[in-house]
Amino acid sequence: MITKRIIPCLDVKNGRVVKGVNFEGLNDVSSPVELARYYSRHGADELVFYDITASVEGRALFTDILREVASTIFIPLTVGGGINTLEDFDRVLKCGADKVSVNSGAIRNPSLVGEAAKRYGDQCVVLSVDVKRVDGVFRVFAKGGRENTGMEAIEWIKRCVANGAGEIVVNSIDTDGVKQGFDLEMLEAVCNAVSVPVIASGGAGCMDHFTQLFQALPGVDAGLAASIFHFGEVEISDLKNTLAANGIPMRLR
Amino acid sequence: MVAIIDYGVGNLFSLRSSFLSVGVETVVTSDPAVIRAADRIVLPGVGAFGDAAQKLRQSGLAQVVVEQARAGKPLLGICLGMQLLFDKSLEYGEHQGLGLIAGEVRPIAETIPKGLKIPHIGWNALHFGANKHPLFRYLEEGDCVYFVHSFYGAKCADSVIATAEYGAELTAAVAHKNVYGCQFHPEKSGEVGLNILRAFCEKEA
Repeated sequence: MITKRIIPCLDVKNGRVVKGVNFEGLNDVSSPVELARYYSRHGADELVFYDITASVEGRALFTDILREVASTIFIPLTVGGGINTLEDFDRVLKCGADKVSVNSGAIRNPSLVGEAAKRYGDQCVVLSVDVKRVDGVFRVFAKGGRENTGMEAIEWIKRCVANGAGEIVVNSIDTDGVKQGFDLEMLEAVCNAVSVPVIASGGAGCMDHFTQLFQALPGVDAGLAASIFHFGEVEISDLKNTLAANGIPMRLR
Repeated sequence: MVAIIDYGVGNLFSLRSSFLSVGVETVVTSDPAVIRAADRIVLPGVGAFGDAAQKLRQSGLAQVVVEQARAGKPLLGICLGMQLLFDKSLEYGEHQGLGLIAGEVRPIAETIPKGLKIPHIGWNALHFGANKHPLFRYLEEGDCVYFVHSFYGAKCADSVIATAEYGAELTAAVAHKNVYGCQFHPEKSGEVGLNILRAFCEKEA
């Protein structure tokens, strides 16, 4: 049986991981390479690197880091942030990324998903979408959640899957940062609409939230989080053992 | 030296890095002389079978790989590279494979129950049956590896050395004499995957 994936997300700015605390055995908390190695050793099933740099220099540093991570850590790597063109796909794939996550780039250029899927395969293209309820309707937000695009989220997701998006990361703006659990209602709506893997993001505050997620929604394939892992509130190996004890299929070795 | 066949499909960065991390030098090559001189051969691949098979043939590399495998050189096919080892594939039409392993490649949709997601993507456990193949000598029953595929090796019961359960028993790895294939990605399967590459490189030719 396929296991549920636990995915830590690392925000990288100018070659350093943004936010983080000291873990035992980790010398440099803001080194993406060290943190990636730490997570990998503790059972992360996949890593997401998000480039939040705006400058050309920062972008070059990011690809250097990606190359270094990909040459020492042998689990799937997804890269997002600043992906607007096929050249951006090419740049990160050459440095060892396995999948590329698009968000605002796909909103600006709706043909990007289809073109990338055609060139690199559906499995390579991850659609990341920031969703917020507006008057009871799920709407797609752009620019890191600051701008309402007016698009209905489920329709947008279905359209991108039809164009070749191989996985969907659903980030609920409504639950993000609140730490009261994942947005089960929103995730269920997405799971019912598409048949590609769905990755839940936004709202994890403790281990129980992951248990609730996977027990309530068998259609969700993975849980993604950043701060609870970075701040050491939840240890990935503990989380996976707890989930396995609750009957959720996990990779434990 | 392990020769990784370069025929213009897929990204070989992780594959090279993973061999390096188990202390094995690789050369990514499309040069028949280099392939003939290598101790072992890896046939990688992602994408569509028909396209890959055509590239492999047009470049003349198919002939070299088959000749070397028949002469007894260890050959490991990974993902689409494994599928290419079979006689034929039914992925979008019918395409001839290398014919090194008896069997054919068919869509997983026809064997798994409706409602399961396709591709079969993520970490899944390996099952070895009664006799664990030497390629898996560092692994334990139930160890997980990373899969991404929509087609699978069928009619190959004699050469199956590992399966994975996804609504049905899917071919996870095959072997026939010195020819091996993994449907999953050892280079993306953490320590477990590295241990498969290690075993492949240690095996006597």
